[in-house]
This record gives sequence, C-alpha cells and structure tokens, in this order.
Amino acid sequence: MSQQTGKTKKNKAAVNGGTPQYTLAEFKRQSFLIVTSAIFLVYGLIFYYIPLGGWVMAFQKYKPKTGLLHSKWVGLAKFKFLFDDDKFIRVIRNTLAMGVLNLIATFIMAIVFAILLNEVRTTLVKKGIQTISYMPHFLSWIIVTGILHDALSANGVVNEVIQFFGGTPIVFFGETKYFWPIVAFANVWKETGWNAIIYLAAITAIDPCLYEAASIDGAGRLSKIIHITLPSIRPTIMILLLINVGNVLNAGFEVQYLLGNDVIKSVSDTIDIYVLNWGISQSDFSLGTAAGIFKSVVSIILIVIANGMAKRAGEERLF
Amino acid sequence: MSRKSKLNKARGWDLAFVIFNGIFMTLFVIITLYPVINTIAISFNDGIDAVKGGIHLWPRIFTVKNYATVLGKQNIKTAAVVTVARTVIGSILALVTNALLAYVVSRKRFMFKSQVSLFWVITMYVNGGLVPVLLLYKSLHLTNTFWVYVIPGMISAFNMLVMRTYMQGIPDSLEESAQLDGAGDFTIFTKIISPLCLPVYATVTLFVAVYQWNSWFDAMLYNRMKDEYTTLQYELMKLLSSVMQQGGNANNVNTTSGSRVTPVTVRSAATVVTMLPIICLYPFLQRYFVTGLTIGGVKE
Repeated sequence: MSQQTGKTKKNKAAVNGGTPQYTLAEFKRQSFLIVTSAIFLVYGLIFYYIPLGGWVMAFQKYKPKTGLLHSKWVGLAKFKFLFDDDKFIRVIRNTLAMGVLNLIATFIMAIVFAILLNEVRTTLVKKGIQTISYMPHFLSWIIVTGILHDALSANGVVNEVIQFFGGTPIVFFGETKYFWPIVAFANVWKETGWNAIIYLAAITAIDPCLYEAASIDGAGRLSKIIHITLPSIRPTIMILLLINVGNVLNAGFEVQYLLGNDVIKSVSDTIDIYVLNWGISQSDFSLGTAAGIFKSVVSIILIVIANGMAKRAGEERLF
Repeated sequence: MSRKSKLNKARGWDLAFVIFNGIFMTLFVIITLYPVINTIAISFNDGIDAVKGGIHLWPRIFTVKNYATVLGKQNIKTAAVVTVARTVIGSILALVTNALLAYVVSRKRFMFKSQVSLFWVITMYVNGGLVPVLLLYKSLHLTNTFWVYVIPGMISAFNMLVMRTYMQGIPDSLEESAQLDGAGDFTIFTKIISPLCLPVYATVTLFVAVYQWNSWFDAMLYNRMKDEYTTLQYELMKLLSSVMQQGGNANNVNTTSGSRVTPVTVRSAATVVTMLPIICLYPFLQRYFVTGLTIGGVKE
C-alpha cells in the first residue's frame, strides 16, 4: 500500500515536474481540460468581454444604423457633457451617499446580530431566530419595496406606532430627508441575518478554552465579547469590508427605482437609473455607456485602494 | 477589589446583558416577521374593508376573492409557468457548466489553470454595463426570447470559484488511483469528483434558483413586448406600481366585475403566491447555503 502511494507520488512529480511542460504529449493528455476550457472561453469572451469592446461607443456619436465601425468619433465630448450636467453630479452624490450609508448600516448590524445571537444560550431559540433572520434575504426587492411602501404609507403600521406615542403622522415618500435612511433600513431588514452567517461561522471556530479561561478570571459576558469574540473575528470582518467597499456603487438600483417618485427624485436617482434613463429610454447609447464606464472605473479604483490599505495594515486581502 | 465582589459585579452586568439581548432579539423577530404576516392577513381580507386600514395579524372580513382574482389572470398563469421554467432550466444549465469549469480549473496538473482562473476572476470586477450588454443581446437575437433569462448569466465566476475551492479540498489520491485504472477526465469528473461535491452542487443550485425566481429586471428590459415571456416578479412589479400611483384610495375600487377587490389586496395576494414557495423551502436548505457562504466568503 505504502509502496503504491510512493509510486504514484513519483509519477505525479514526473508528470508535473514543478513547471508545466508544453509538449505535444502533454497537450494530448490534457486535451479534455484544454478543449473544455476553450469552449467556456468562447462563452466568456462573448458575454463578458465583448461588452467591454462596446465601451468605444462612449467616444463616438453612436448610431445603430452606422454601427461601431462607422459612427462619428467625438472624443471626450460625452464625458464632458456628463460632468457639466448637474443631474449627473447629483446622481453620483446620491449613489455614494446611499452606498456608504448602506455599507455602514448593514455591516455593523450583521456583526452586532451575530455576536448577540451567539449569546443566546438555548439552542432551539437560537436556531429558530436564525432561521427567521434569513427569510427576508429570499424575498425579491419587488416584495420588499411593496412591504416597505405599505408599512410607511399614511395608514401603515409605522404611522400607527407614531400616533400611538402621540406623534403626528409622517408622509415618508413626500419629503427628501427620509429617503436615504429608508433605503438603509430596507437593506438592513433584508440582509442582516444573511450577512451574519459568515460571522457566526467564524465565532463557532473560536477555541472555547479562551472563554473558560476568561470566566475563571472573572470576566463578564460583555468583556468576553470585547476581548475575545471581536478580536477573533477581525480577519473575517476585514475581508468582508474589503469585498463590500468595491460594491459601494452597486448598492443603488432596485429600491431607488421602485420607491422613487417625482417629489424625491433629487435624492433617490442613482447612476444606474441615470444610465437607464439616458441609455435605454432616451436611446442615447453613447451617453449611457459613458456613465456606465465612469461607474466601473470608480468601482475598480475603490477595490484597488481598499486592497492596498488592507495590505499595508497587514490584513488579509483579495489579490 | 476582592475577587468575590468582582464576580458579583460581573454577574450583575451579565443579567443586564441577558435582559437587553432578550429585548433585542424579540424586537428583531417582530420586525422581521410582522410585515410578512401582515401581507398574508391583508391578502385574505375584503378589499374595500382593507382600505380603512387597521388590519394587523389576522383578516377582519375573510375572503379568498383576492386569490381568485390573481389566479384568474391569464398573464399571472403565463408568468408562473415561465418563472418555474427559468428557475428549473437556469439552475440545471448553471450547475452543469459551472461544475465542469470548476473541475477543469481545480486540476493541479492542468497547464493553463492559473490563466483560465484569471480570465474568469476578471469578469467579477469589470463588466460592460447596461447599454453595451443590451446591444449585444440584441445582435445575438436573445432579446424577446426565453433564452435571455438563462444563457447570459449561466457561468458566474463567484459560483464557479466556490465549487473550485470545494473540489480542491478533495484528496488527489482519489483521482490518481482512478487514473491508474485508466479513467479519463470525463469519467473522473462524473464518477469520482461529482458524487463527493453534492453539498456544494446543492449550494450553487440554490443560489441560482433564488436568483432566477426573484429576477424581474431582465423581463422588463429584454422582454417588455413579449407577454408570453413575462415573469411573476415582473407582474408583481406592475401591480406594485399601479398601487403606488393610485394609492390605497377607496375611489379606485375595482367594481367592473362587481367583486370587492382593490389593487392593494390583489397585490398582497400576488405577493403571497410569489413568496410562498421560497418561504416554505428555505428552512430545509439551510445547511447548504451556510456551507456555500462560508466557503465563498473566507476563501483566498
């Protein structure tokens, strides 16, 4: 038995030899792997890489009739139009503000919820609460915005509670100041339980001896959370923060599109909605593409910056 | 401070903490569940009566007319068929292709494994954007077809990498002994690796199925003109916007059929129909998405 494993190991070493050997025999041996990845490569080129080629539209006055090859080149005129457009500046502000607000709110709530749930000692109760906590994640944004719209309407439950405590009812979708917090709350409601899964898994992996030792030293629950739980899940927190920073600009489409109205447009419109309005409804493909490029480029810059900061801090990083 | 009083102090704080935690969790559960139960209650309530508000956990005047209205609509029936079809077909396609690709890039002996991985990782971070993608689908004649739902998003780098990580954890010796017996890659993939990957296959299938079930934007963007390819979520979205425009206004009561249904109650019934399958299924699939997320989040 041991002889056989020794033999296969030697075999493998001969085949791999550390660096790959690009010989004909080796190509033949790996033909299945090569052909399969080539087929998927074609798929990937079509659906993920060709649209990137469409970016040249942003530098043209693109008309479907003339196509990419024969449309007139306009240089950076479309980008100039964007940054001269007050509306575009406003949608950037809205996207960033809601993205950051969502990130902070959902991030903190997920960690707080995971830690507090871990402190629930009855297994059955803990399991039950956790199962309930995932539920909103599985509901579509259509359903969530519908629910939110009902709850915040004139005779909705939130206004009932406000009136119960002697307040005056609020028209939530009639004033600009409520919109950003509503969006942040919607995200917290939908994703807290889901986002907490990873933290709970990380907390489970903590050595129980640490807690026992702390108990002997007379530490209470709160100090155990602060001195053991939080430092132990720090790497998980950092890597998730990193992933989410790159997604900040992606946090704005569905809720804003579904809940926005003419009264609160100035705070609810985001880059994605701007792209949709210009690129699809107005059929200005070039302008829509330019706005999309801006978003992609800023996202990549954010990821690189976050990654660099993590590297400097000696934390885990994406690449 | 003596050791005993220190301990007592800690115990006092602990009690406060337990009480606080109990209140927090109770509020959390109420806020999570109430809107859903409320929607179910309204969906079973008489439409005109519901306009008055004040329905909480239980219908005031019970009726199933809202459901009769929803299920009687032709486009809802079509939407249900399309939604089930895209969920089933989309999940199967995604599972097979992602698994195959994950198998290829998880082979240590594959000479291009790092190049192929990089090719897919890049797709996670850069994308063409709405307009170029729409023009691409148009030129491929994918718009106004069913296939626009299942072909474009089929391979997702995230799902593929989750599978790859799982496959990398399978000992090489299994593959090596199969190779000694003369098994080729396809046999190793189907007979050796796949049976061991069932948990992660379930995870990815679940992710894709939920995505497919809940999608609406693609129906609106690519198949707006095609009623035969409408989806449940898109129909729900149309109901939602009609409610938002008309509000819970009593003047907008649908009296054409002489029934006492309103946009609000009909929408609630449609919401329940759309969310019921997922709400009933997800508790039983918990361990699969927990595994998948832990692999996906903590990897690399």
